[in-house]
Amino acid sequence: MTNWTIKGASPLGGPARDLYVREGRIAEAPAPDATVIDAAGLIALPGLVDLHTHLREPGREDAETVLSGSRAAAAGGFTAVHAMANTDPVADTAGVVEQVWRLGREAGYCDVQPVGAVTVGIAGERLAELGAMAESAARVRIFSDDGHCVSDAALMRRALEYVKAFGGVVAQHAQEPRLTEGAQMNEGELSDVLGLRGWPAVAEEAIIARDVLLAAHTGSRLHVCHLSTAGSVEIVRWAKSKGYPVTAEVTPHHLLLTEDLVRGYDPVYKVNPPLRSKDDVEAVRAGLADGAIDVVATDHAPHPVEAKDCEWAVAAMGMLGLETALSVVQQTMVATGLLDWAGVADRMSVRAARIGQLEEHGRPLEVGEPANLTLLDPAAARVIEPASLHSRSRNTPFAGLELPGAVHATLLRGTATVLDGKVVDR
Amino acid sequence: MSAGPRRHLLSTADLSAEDAMLILDTAAEFARLADRPIKKLPTLRGRTVVNLFYEDSTRTRISFETAAKRLSADVINFSAKGSSVSKGESLKDTALTLEAMGADAVVVRHWASGGAHRLAHAGWIRSAVVNAGDGTHEHPTQALLDAYTLRARLGGLEGRRVTVVGDVLHSRVARSNVRLLATLGAEVTLVAPPTLMPFGVEGWPCSSSYALDPVLPKSDAVMMLRVQRERMDQAFFPTEREYSRRYGMHADRMAQLPEHAVVMHPGPMNRGLEISAEVADSARSTVTEQVANGVSVRMAVLYLLLGGSEPAIGTEDEGERR
Ligand SMILES: [Zn+2]
Repeated sequence: MTNWTIKGASPLGGPARDLYVREGRIAEAPAPDATVIDAAGLIALPGLVDLHTHLREPGREDAETVLSGSRAAAAGGFTAVHAMANTDPVADTAGVVEQVWRLGREAGYCDVQPVGAVTVGIAGERLAELGAMAESAARVRIFSDDGHCVSDAALMRRALEYVKAFGGVVAQHAQEPRLTEGAQMNEGELSDVLGLRGWPAVAEEAIIARDVLLAAHTGSRLHVCHLSTAGSVEIVRWAKSKGYPVTAEVTPHHLLLTEDLVRGYDPVYKVNPPLRSKDDVEAVRAGLADGAIDVVATDHAPHPVEAKDCEWAVAAMGMLGLETALSVVQQTMVATGLLDWAGVADRMSVRAARIGQLEEHGRPLEVGEPANLTLLDPAAARVIEPASLHSRSRNTPFAGLELPGAVHATLLRGTATVLDGKVVDR
Repeated sequence: MSAGPRRHLLSTADLSAEDAMLILDTAAEFARLADRPIKKLPTLRGRTVVNLFYEDSTRTRISFETAAKRLSADVINFSAKGSSVSKGESLKDTALTLEAMGADAVVVRHWASGGAHRLAHAGWIRSAVVNAGDGTHEHPTQALLDAYTLRARLGGLEGRRVTVVGDVLHSRVARSNVRLLATLGAEVTLVAPPTLMPFGVEGWPCSSSYALDPVLPKSDAVMMLRVQRERMDQAFFPTEREYSRRYGMHADRMAQLPEHAVVMHPGPMNRGLEISAEVADSARSTVTEQVANGVSVRMAVLYLLLGGSEPAIGTEDEGERR
């Protein structure tokens, strides 16, 4: 195992100092055989943690694999990702979550923490064996039918109650199904101009409102996936003011992009929940800044070329996110003065690790802590080139955009997964 | 194809008043031809027009086919099966095939909103693209033939009051008409139950009303939209009878119109639902004229896109937006 001396990094954007890594942990003093990383001008952050990643394996290895997705994660500065359950087969048994977890360990680019499905086959009818997944080697703590909403109120209530037995969290994809049948984009003036069926904000907000009340009633942990509207932020802020056990995430694309991009009918902008209005973007930024929204989660959703090279209505929903998330947060939150780097560490690592109950992640950059960390060059700028991404897919909505910041290095328990801005082959 | 920027007709929003008037004036010239024993012109000889239809619409296809043939173009009818549920060949692969066949213009009818836009701008083909109806988005040649019909019947469009009645929410005909008629100076009023009124209609260049009767005496033309019976099952309105009573055009309502006013319908009609037989067959009805005018207008569009000289119709290729 390589030992490191990281010279002159700014931990969380603070005063520059040297960081020493020995035997996979942050150490008091340099190891004699340490390799030096010149980190002058670089920000040191705890390794990023993604709560919402679609790795597509098993089942859609043409779009992504655990290996390719975790390389993309490392390239984006992540040391842990939560693999969503909507694979084929669905991650609704101990067997499947253990398979994904093992593939992550074999790949070795970041910790792959499986999310278990709430219901069998994410069909929204019967509870999956949540306890078996919790007790498996994968130690599942977050359960989600993401892609689908647990819309049945009684089933949602039972799921929230049931996961209390092992300290679980139910992560809800909030989408009232009847209000969003055939929905193609944000409902508003533009959806009617373009003749695309609307996905109204109320379809998200109604479920979140119901769920925060259920969380309060059951005393159980609710996490709101990818909230996207101003109204959703208000509801979560209210729930937190009441002390309800609720957390929420926002995606990088909802922090930066608006529905106007749909005008050209290019399906690379098709995503669920859809891109919203400028007011919504302002509201989710404000919510992330004041802590109403706990974390940025990518909802990294790889799709093969043919799933986007078609008519809007036929195209798959989803966007890549792992390799651009930190840059988007720098642009939308840091450059705007809404968050400092300590805030970025909090929203992209500390709180995410806490929600996911990952004890080795999101830790302070202090002696004795696991050396999971990311070195970011905030002064760099790069034009996003789909072809240069590590994901197996190319569906980034940021193609051609110049974004600030570049990940210089990522360490996973002291092992470099990214060095000099390049993913280290293992 | 000749050099220069690709030209398409995708949306009436892309047409300036001059573009639209040129199409209508050109159509008027072609209409005179229809009275002659030999109806064919050699204008587009050697050019290939493909009718690419993802949705059955015999009347629109025949209208375009007749228009192209009167201009001596070669016509290929390509009816592509496949929907969101049963996928056939992808639009991209079909487009590449048409490109290889050397199509000069593709007339596309698609069930997906944006289908024509995608075909024109995704970089798959170089042909001119004419939108013959895309989902619930637009149907620009229908709006052009409606404008042509209105101009012929009312002697002009500037300041004329046109009322569009029915399922505006799902109507590509209404969208194209609102934009075109506003550009040409007509005053449009949309009439629909609140469930079938577009969400952001306040931002449209027209006024709107939930009630039909007060609007009738102030209308120079009333355009009835086809109402699909399945909308009833989706709770957009309670029953056919109630819809017909509140929004249907029947003899009593026709009597409230000014003497000169006309009643239009893009067809096919649901007689007894949005329009009564009495109205449909009356002298005020322009339904059959609309069909005849459709051929002239589509001739004009094909001529101006493929053979006609200045000025252009449609927009220049704007490329992919970021
Ligand atoms: Zn989701």
